[in-house]
Amino acid sequence: MLTTQILYALAGCVVVALGLRGALLHASLLQRIVAINVMGAGVFLLLIAVAYRGPGLPPDPLPHALVLTGIVVAVSATALALALARRLPAEQDDD
Amino acid sequence: MSLLVFDGLLLFSIVSLAWATLTSSDERLSVILFMAFGLVLAVAWGRLLAPDVALAEAAIGAGLTGALLLAAVRGQPRPLLPGATHAPRKQGAAGVTVVLRLAVTLLSAALAGTLAWALLHAFSSTPHDLLPRAISENLEASGVSNPVTAVLLNFRAYDTLLELAVLLTAVLGIFALDQATPGYQPAGPVFDGLVRWLVPVLILMAGYLLWVGAHAPGGAFQAGATLAAAGVVLRLAGRSRTGLPDGYMLRIVMAAGVGVFLLVGLTLLLLGRPFLGYPPAWAGSLILLIETAAMLSIAATLLLAFLGGQPESTGVKAAANRQREEISRC
Repeated sequence: MLTTQILYALAGCVVVALGLRGALLHASLLQRIVAINVMGAGVFLLLIAVAYRGPGLPPDPLPHALVLTGIVVAVSATALALALARRLPAEQDDD
Repeated sequence: MSLLVFDGLLLFSIVSLAWATLTSSDERLSVILFMAFGLVLAVAWGRLLAPDVALAEAAIGAGLTGALLLAAVRGQPRPLLPGATHAPRKQGAAGVTVVLRLAVTLLSAALAGTLAWALLHAFSSTPHDLLPRAISENLEASGVSNPVTAVLLNFRAYDTLLELAVLLTAVLGIFALDQATPGYQPAGPVFDGLVRWLVPVLILMAGYLLWVGAHAPGGAFQAGATLAAAGVVLRLAGRSRTGLPDGYMLRIVMAAGVGVFLLVGLTLLLLGRPFLGYPPAWAGSLILLIETAAMLSIAATLLLAFLGGQPESTGVKAAANRQREEISRC
């Protein structure tokens, strides 16, 4: 049990909660997408903190690989969400 | 002790940047704050000995996601409000909104508390290092010496194959929704001069990251993002060509990552080995082959996402015209 690990993991929890709050409360779609990205970053912070095993020791590579995958999936999901958000006003105007 | 002060300052800036990003009422400001948040996070990954993740975060998390979001703000003169065209909300809803905001805040705080409790519980139980040990014991047979690359391309190659499929699905979704947005104004002489230097350096950097990923931080994701960044810079400079191929060639590049990955897996299956179970003597070369294809696909996907849709392709259009002519002739 390391102080560093706990500090970073707790900060990750706070960022996840902030992101969730923003995603639920924002009226602007773009800011909701940003908030979901912040929430994802909080999860990454949690995972990397769990992987850390102290100064002299090599960290656990498995969570690192998971986070790398997560970053790439997050950017593609963000791109798709932005494309959907762009189409939304046009569809509403058609009504 | 001094490291603890550094940790404290870093975490304080992470949490306050997240707060500022989420409470800003201006969309552009919140996107810029989000990019700063991503860069500070990259420092935190370095601090926690995760240089692979730090590279990816700086290139993708802060860089390309930020570019995508900024392009979305640019293309949208009014804020993206759901139902903005409908009648304004009734009066008296303000009281409900305050209660709702409070409830959501309390629930989010409860989530943070639960997560923290679960984590502390997990940390205080006996540590088990079965997986890290298994990885370091089998690293020699994986064909690479960077443990993160070994996990991504060998031990858990399945996950990476499916991730590339997710990327392909996302870009197909973007294609279905929209055409590419119109380009930018041609750059001034200073920016144009910078582009002439920057684009070749970015391409060289991508090649280096791809190659070095086998034994040091780097790999297909970071290389793909760097290559995509070269295309983004060209587009921002107002060039009509961003290095993407036309027509069918574009489709082949988009699908190359999943395609080569599957082909390698199925060939191994035919040779009587498990799916994606590389023979140790060939593992290094096969991983490099898959990573090269994956880099091209990732770069094309990210750049197409930045363009915002299917580019006006002369190749496809010419083929369609030819088809139409043939039909009318019949």
